[in-house]
Amino acid sequence: MSASNRYSTTAIALHWLVALLIFSAFPLGLYMVGLPLSPDKLKLYSYHKWIGVTVFLLVAIRLAWRAKHTPPALPDGIAAWQRRASAMAHGLLYALMVAIPLSGWLMSSAKGFQTVWFGVLPLPDLVERNRELGDMLATVHQALNYSLAALVILHVAAALKHHFVERRPFLQRMGLGRKERT
Amino acid sequence: MKLAAFTLMAVLAAPAAYAIEYTTALPKQSRVNFEFRQMGVPVKGGFKRFTTQMAFDPARPEAARATIEIDLASIDAGSREADDESAGKLWFNRSVYPKATFVSSEVRALGANRFELRGTLTLKGKPRDMIIPVTYTPGKNAATFDGSFVLRRLDFGIGEGLWADVATVANEVQVKFRIAATGK
Repeated sequence: MSASNRYSTTAIALHWLVALLIFSAFPLGLYMVGLPLSPDKLKLYSYHKWIGVTVFLLVAIRLAWRAKHTPPALPDGIAAWQRRASAMAHGLLYALMVAIPLSGWLMSSAKGFQTVWFGVLPLPDLVERNRELGDMLATVHQALNYSLAALVILHVAAALKHHFVERRPFLQRMGLGRKERT
Repeated sequence: MKLAAFTLMAVLAAPAAYAIEYTTALPKQSRVNFEFRQMGVPVKGGFKRFTTQMAFDPARPEAARATIEIDLASIDAGSREADDESAGKLWFNRSVYPKATFVSSEVRALGANRFELRGTLTLKGKPRDMIIPVTYTPGKNAATFDGSFVLRRLDFGIGEGLWADVATVANEVQVKFRIAATGK
């Protein structure tokens, strides 16, 4: 098999970096919302926002990279409906990775707290302070996150199924395991 | 001679006759707001209910006096969660100290419609002397008095215990107020 069975090193690095950040921000978000107000809670909220802004920027880079680099073709023998489902799922994953940080940023502005990346770089408030809008965006942010969680489970399950059940060299595409040699 | 004395009296009395003493604050055109930094991010807030008793004659500023009483329950501390939190013992301890009061002791004219308002601000049972610069703007129907000062919350024990960490919630709170008043 040729090297075209594997995503580019840049794409792989971005994929895992973003995955790591999402797997940090998601449980952090779930945990922090239930905390009683305390300085620690305020810190965790800030960290969560900083991770979110970072994801947003990395996803923008991923999209730009993706636009110029064709991903490796799926292995032969994968059903046409699965190919279509895969394309759709990947499109949705990207859409959510953009929409989730965006909804968080807008929610933060609506709630009256400007987002300042790493406490240094202030992001503009795109909406005015408005408590009702803030509550609405919180619901949107949460719903989008649960959708992402469901899609990520599907994404991982599909990759594992192709690799272990169908016994196709699948995880190598994303840099897992040894590179196959011809 | 009699005429001269009369003229002199009239001249002396004239400013007082035209001067207005501002005594009635207009709550709807007045406001008390503040801003503080939380995790380095500016957060805005304010108080919706406060009463002002005052007397200010621009011709005799040294005789001016003001008392402002703020209902702490009317706070907007940035979020509902913070509004609720601010009532607690570590913050305002509002069930014991429901109000903040400022009582003036002295007003000094600085020139160009600027004044120094000296007095005592009492928060959470702690009286602290304050010097507040105030700008007076005469208006057609009402005059406005704009003031701004930095309050260090820890001077009053606002945010004790775990909240005393000023790296998370800054000690400095920028307070800005505008009192609009009419005279008679």
